[in-house]
Amino acid sequence: MFLNIENLHAQVEDKTILKGINLRVNPGEVHAIMGPNGSGKSTLSSVLAGREDYEVNAGEIRFLDHDLLEMDADERAQQGVFLAFQYPVEIPGVSNKLFMHTALNAKRAAEGLPALDMFDFEQLALEKMKRLEMSPIMLERSVNVGFSGGEKKRNDIFQMAMLEPKLCIMDETDSGLDIDALRIVANGVNALRSNERSFIVVTHYQRLLDHIKPDFVHVLYDGKIIKSGGFELAQELEERGYDHLIQAYEKV
Amino acid sequence: MQTTQYEEINDILAKNQHYKEGFHTQTLVETFAKGLNEDVVKAISAKKNEPQWMLDFRLKAFRHWQTMPEPHWAKAEYEPIDYQDYSYYSAPECGSCATDGQAESGSAVDPEVAKAFAALGVPIDDSDANIAVDAIFDSVSVSTTKRDQLEKLGIIFCSFSEAVQDHPELVQRYLGSVVPYHDNFFAALNSAVASDGTFVFIPEGVRCPIDLSTYFRINEAKTGQFERTILIAEKGSYISYIEGCSAPIRDTYQLHAAVVEVIVHEDAEVKYSTVQNWYPGDEDCQGGILNFVTKRGVCEGRNAKLSWTQAETGSAITWKYPSCILKGDNSIGEFYSVALTNRRQQADTGTKMIHIGKNTRSTIISKGLSAGKSDNTYRGLVKILPGAEGARNFTQCDSMLIGNQCGAHTFPYIEVQNPTAQVEHEATTSRIGEDQLFYCQQRGISEQDAISMIVNGFCKEVFKELPLEFAQEAEELLAISLEGSVG
Repeated sequence: MFLNIENLHAQVEDKTILKGINLRVNPGEVHAIMGPNGSGKSTLSSVLAGREDYEVNAGEIRFLDHDLLEMDADERAQQGVFLAFQYPVEIPGVSNKLFMHTALNAKRAAEGLPALDMFDFEQLALEKMKRLEMSPIMLERSVNVGFSGGEKKRNDIFQMAMLEPKLCIMDETDSGLDIDALRIVANGVNALRSNERSFIVVTHYQRLLDHIKPDFVHVLYDGKIIKSGGFELAQELEERGYDHLIQAYEKV
Repeated sequence: MQTTQYEEINDILAKNQHYKEGFHTQTLVETFAKGLNEDVVKAISAKKNEPQWMLDFRLKAFRHWQTMPEPHWAKAEYEPIDYQDYSYYSAPECGSCATDGQAESGSAVDPEVAKAFAALGVPIDDSDANIAVDAIFDSVSVSTTKRDQLEKLGIIFCSFSEAVQDHPELVQRYLGSVVPYHDNFFAALNSAVASDGTFVFIPEGVRCPIDLSTYFRINEAKTGQFERTILIAEKGSYISYIEGCSAPIRDTYQLHAAVVEVIVHEDAEVKYSTVQNWYPGDEDCQGGILNFVTKRGVCEGRNAKLSWTQAETGSAITWKYPSCILKGDNSIGEFYSVALTNRRQQADTGTKMIHIGKNTRSTIISKGLSAGKSDNTYRGLVKILPGAEGARNFTQCDSMLIGNQCGAHTFPYIEVQNPTAQVEHEATTSRIGEDQLFYCQQRGISEQDAISMIVNGFCKEVFKELPLEFAQEAEELLAISLEGSVG
């Protein structure tokens, strides 16, 4: 079992947002989660990544051999859960280099691997940056400080490439990206696809999915998955919108 | 929402109870009864066997002090201090004999006191450490190392009390020359009851090959420490001087009112570094050190350079403005500061740069970190006098808030009386938030490492000015002060 979400209920403060999510992801699969605003897409990403503002009141998440909900965010990351943020956070005074070096070595320590020294780290980082068409200067700059929207998202994909996670959750990574940045991000993601690595791509739009081509598409509405299908579902949504699905769901 | 968002940060910060220097040494001590009057001042002077001129200086200061009100203008709240409730002299019995010059350095140190300094990592046994140490325990200096080696270079490195005995002409010339006895309330108090401190004299053209340092330890309860330090760098000389300090955990406030005077002559350079780790008190900062310090240096001659670097992490209240009077043409003043406050600590610190000479330059880099329920204030003055043709100042004040119950304040005063002067001021305020911590954690970095990384990134510019081992110590102190579990 790679990832199995069962009957997941979660709330923020007093508001219940997820009302029974069931989702099973196998190694190598790419799942897209779509849905109108307020349907719970970002909450699902946050709960998977271990953000503490959310309270899980029912259900469970199994990831590999772990009970994911029992783990802190940093442990989940060390075990291979990666969240690409809708709004990557700025950290003034901390260089991208120091940040990634610290993160990578934390993960290596959890895996029982020796720490990478600065030289090996830099070589690896520059290699990955080149593929993402990032300037080496980005390594010296403070994490996301003064980055454009596109640079921030690209920086997140760079971090993903460095950490080589098993499960990548992308929380509306495509919002605020122009067409070129979208292509670079999508190429970055495609380059990381493998039989062992799975993706959950949360998005509003089909355009990112055109580049990434998910294996499954799920429609989230009112805290539940109301319809699942293949890539053709995304195309259908692009043409017809969510309304007909919502109406059909509410009749039942 | 605001409160829940920061609850966790506040929880982490609340765990900070690891003040590892908080032990207490038990040994035979001679401590004066509590209270302060002319007889006490005379008794301190007699105890140190001082000449008449020194006693006169003390009495003059004491009489003036009695006419002064206790200052409360700093952004720090404290009850008026009952000066009669403190003891103004305390010394380990054996240690006091060392200051009488009867014993050579080291050999007569009370074993318990020696143990205390060993536990603090202060090398007082003239070991091969690449640093000379003056170790001060309550009111007296108990050991000064490497003196013989330094003497060969003509460097005087001794306790202030010894300097009064052995170099009266130098002490008389410089004592009160930079910080007069009437300068301010706490300077006057210090001038009256000065306990021990360090005296450093670097002769013309000498580059001191090792760092000189003083370690201050307050041990006795309800005792004040009033050290007086004088540092003189003659023409073309260089010295890097370091001070550190700590105190046991007590449940009542302890008073520390020091005066430091630095005189830098033509072409000389002084680097003065402080890592201040006085006991900050309990959860509510009860029992911490009240740290009221006057530090000032004068760049007397052309091209003189004075650099203050400080890492302030301790004390319940810090009131401290290491300053530079830039008298000589082309002289340079620098102030690099990291001040961290946590819990209910209050720090009001900064600098004064007084530009008198032509083409004088000053740089101020101040990093204030506030956590818990603390208040952290930068207060600085840049003053360009009419004759300071071409003077320049650059000031950068950055504040970082950790959590949502602390405060950061900046009071930069700028007075420019010469139109050719250039003064630049930059200031930023940022906050470590849950978002940043979650971002770091999501990349696999633990919460504590994340805080430490963010804080050290913020302080990097200042730490690089500290001597290497001290930079390390300062980083560790920050980590301990913030996290508790690292120590």
